[in-house]
Amino acid sequence: MQLPGRFPGGIHPPAHKERSTQQPIRQLPLPEALILPLRQHIGSLAVPCVAVGDHVLKGQCIATVNGRSGVPIHAPTSGRIDALFDHPVPHPSGLSEPCIRLVPDGRDCWTDCQGFEDYRSLTTFQLLERLHDAGIAGLGGAGFPTANKLRTGVESTIHTLILNGAECEPYISADDMLMRERAKAVADGADILAFITRPQRVLIAIEDDKPEAIAAMHAVCSERDIQVVTLPARYPSGGERQLIQLLTGREVPSGGRPADIGVICQNVATAAAVERAIRHGEPLISRIVTITGDRVANPGNVEVLLGTPFSHLLKHTGLSGQADRLICGGPLMGFTLPSTDIPVIKTSACLIAASEAELPTPPPARACIRCGYCADACPASLLPQQLFWFANAGEWDKAEAFNLFDCIECGACAYVCPSHIPLVQHYRHAKGEIRALRQEKTKADQARQRFEAHQERMQREQEEQEARRRARAEALAQRSTAAQIATDDKAAKAAAVRAAVERQQKRTATDEATVKRKQLANAEERLKELKSTLAEVDADSDPRRHTRLLDSIARQEARIASLRAAVESPSTDAERHD
Amino acid sequence: MTDRLRSSPFMHGPQRTDRVMQWLILATLPGLAAQTVFFGWGNLINVFWCATLAVVAEAAVLWLRKRPLAFYLGDWSAVVTGWLLGLSLPPLVPWWTSLVAVIAAIVLAKQLYGGLGFNPFNPAMVGYALVLVSFPVAMTTNWPTPDSFLQHPLSLPQTLHQIFGNRQSATGAGVDAITMATPLDVYKHQIGRHLSQTILENPVFGHFVAYGWEWVNGGFLLGGLFLLYRRIISWHIPAGLLGALILLGAAIGWDPDRSIPLSLHLLAGGTMLGAFFIATDPVTAASSHTGKLVYGAGIGILLYVIRAYGTYPDAVAFAVLLMNFAAPLIDYYTRPRAYGHKAPKRGMGPGN
Ligand code: SF4
Ligand code: SF4
Repeated sequence: MQLPGRFPGGIHPPAHKERSTQQPIRQLPLPEALILPLRQHIGSLAVPCVAVGDHVLKGQCIATVNGRSGVPIHAPTSGRIDALFDHPVPHPSGLSEPCIRLVPDGRDCWTDCQGFEDYRSLTTFQLLERLHDAGIAGLGGAGFPTANKLRTGVESTIHTLILNGAECEPYISADDMLMRERAKAVADGADILAFITRPQRVLIAIEDDKPEAIAAMHAVCSERDIQVVTLPARYPSGGERQLIQLLTGREVPSGGRPADIGVICQNVATAAAVERAIRHGEPLISRIVTITGDRVANPGNVEVLLGTPFSHLLKHTGLSGQADRLICGGPLMGFTLPSTDIPVIKTSACLIAASEAELPTPPPARACIRCGYCADACPASLLPQQLFWFANAGEWDKAEAFNLFDCIECGACAYVCPSHIPLVQHYRHAKGEIRALRQEKTKADQARQRFEAHQERMQREQEEQEARRRARAEALAQRSTAAQIATDDKAAKAAAVRAAVERQQKRTATDEATVKRKQLANAEERLKELKSTLAEVDADSDPRRHTRLLDSIARQEARIASLRAAVESPSTDAERHD
Repeated sequence: MTDRLRSSPFMHGPQRTDRVMQWLILATLPGLAAQTVFFGWGNLINVFWCATLAVVAEAAVLWLRKRPLAFYLGDWSAVVTGWLLGLSLPPLVPWWTSLVAVIAAIVLAKQLYGGLGFNPFNPAMVGYALVLVSFPVAMTTNWPTPDSFLQHPLSLPQTLHQIFGNRQSATGAGVDAITMATPLDVYKHQIGRHLSQTILENPVFGHFVAYGWEWVNGGFLLGGLFLLYRRIISWHIPAGLLGALILLGAAIGWDPDRSIPLSLHLLAGGTMLGAFFIATDPVTAASSHTGKLVYGAGIGILLYVIRAYGTYPDAVAFAVLLMNFAAPLIDYYTRPRAYGHKAPKRGMGPGN
């Protein structure tokens, strides 16, 4: 097939894939403990639904999520929940996050799984629910929940479903081996994905340096409606946006999603996981990881349970000497691991235990000579040298104007830079700063809005008060004007004065009466208390207290009598009729 | 673990700045060889003299700026600047002229702006233009007579003496005998009064285009193609430059009885050296591909205009420097369209 599009730039780094494709995919014995991070991709933490000490079965859900910002986590094998604790997770920051530790019981005993051979009888919604509940997340890239991504496809019209088997990054061969050995599962998964998204065509894209995988996929796809497309090997042809450009000749709009132009992309390993989830009811609990690098004695691909520490992998593939550099993911987009007790998660496709000679520490960066090699290599047609200049100078607005956020951090620019400038590092830093500023700005904006709203309310209240006051004043003025007219008649004025005095007296009386009545009520209450206390106190054992109580009661009764008299005075009567 | 501070990529391509510079020097060798074969030892002496001066000057400034010498000298950029000056200056120019040119290039044009990568103007051409303006006589009267025109070509010691010693007594023959005007100069000054045919009888034009010069330009063209092949330079600037020159030559200068013919434009002056080695200095050129084409074309146009209508016989330096001024502006208007954008963000709007 003649590719309808091409992307600019790109690089041809040495692939180093042969050493990990010499053997079939291997299985590993159970590790002593599995460590399952509660956050396996961008989004919120999952919430454990098991307690320490609980026994769980293989495939049982052990952590759930609220809403759709993540996917649940399942027990990769049967065993005991040993701890909920903070542990370093595979993340570029190297920080610790909450994890569940599961100690296998060795029986590897499955929970009840319900598969659906006849998934076509299910609705799209049910299938998406199942994928979500099975914890399926993208196994290729950032680990985005698959159901969410498919939902964007269901909500718009999809013409092309792309299965990404390009695997363009050096060293990694997990997808290659998967397609070679489990082509049918991949194709079945593709069928399910196609059933959900209803595209006009389904493509599987594979780089031409994987002839075995291409042949295997061809064999299973020939009688299906799936087209195998061979891509010339060029990094980063497996980048989602670049792949779409290659296969459709169209570009995903900046800031948009592939679904916006009618395309959905899924990794081939994800497709295989979808197949297991729907047809066999098995949640995502393992993945294929490439273990390679100069320091690995027996490199290859292994199928590992999620949560397996990398040290366990290295123990079984053998480590020859000390690894100078441990890289999780590929050498172009991966990150270094500070130690080997970090666990495998859904997105861990590769572990490289490299020697210094293999992936050397770069020499100190020299000045940018503006040679433009970076721009020639950039698949997004950016000007990396300008981005670097602005990022370095802290000119964020300019960096943004030069489309910093369209950078996919593929590293092609840094790969070719003759001055060894860590360009991507600068971009990440700049992006982080800009995001932080945006957040701050949003917060500041919100605070400002709140403040303004508050100010407005205060002002409104003040104005209302003012209006009321004015209205009162006017009413008063009117009244006094009326009175003024009457002043000609002195008697009228005297009457008015008398009336005012009376009103005043009445008001005072009213106030006094109210207070007295309250006092009266209190006094009666107090009297009741005193009497009940008196009933409890024995006159013989405590004569002094008894006498004191009798005294108090007498005083209280006197007070009540006087209060009652005051309340029932004639002024009170006047008030009552008011 | 310093690795913790590093982010991807962990793999690096083979290209290195110092290698780029070394390849550049290597690629000048055919041109330099032709210069030496036809015009004697002058250029060879000059490239080493200028390169040494450049390194010393750079080292001195770095020392004053308290920068690590080995690291910064190791980028070879000073060597390249000196080397290019040595190739461009008249071969028999006295030593102090090249000294001034080199110091202007390294100290004024490069280090005062902050060193490699920060200079807005091509250092070698700043040095060249400065001495051309300041010492016009030294810069126009020191083009050697081709060796084969002389009964006794200057030997290496004689050339050294000519450049570094008392010039009058360098050879038995007078200075006039060992220097002569360049073909471009000759043509330019005679074209008003003579027909092309008469002018071309002058032996400086040789049998083909311009005696010796055609080989020198051919040598630099060859080296330039090698750089293109190695992808050290991109084709855009040379193509823009030569394209503009050819177009103008064909459109305006088609009549050899009125103006300098295209063949002389291309093969008689510093055209190929300029197109492949000088105009392509990345630091001071435009960034994007379109920008580079425009930038190269601008140099080509200026080159033609100054040669045809200006007072200077050749104009690579001025053309390049003028376009250095324009490079940032070109960059504003030639930004590529980024992935996923409908149109490129261009012009002087926000973010520029
Ligand atoms: S490749 Fe490196 S040195 Fe060349 S322009 Fe880009 S950032 Fe500058
Ligand atoms: S990392 Fe960004 S700037 Fe560099 S090549 Fe990739 S997309 Fe372009």
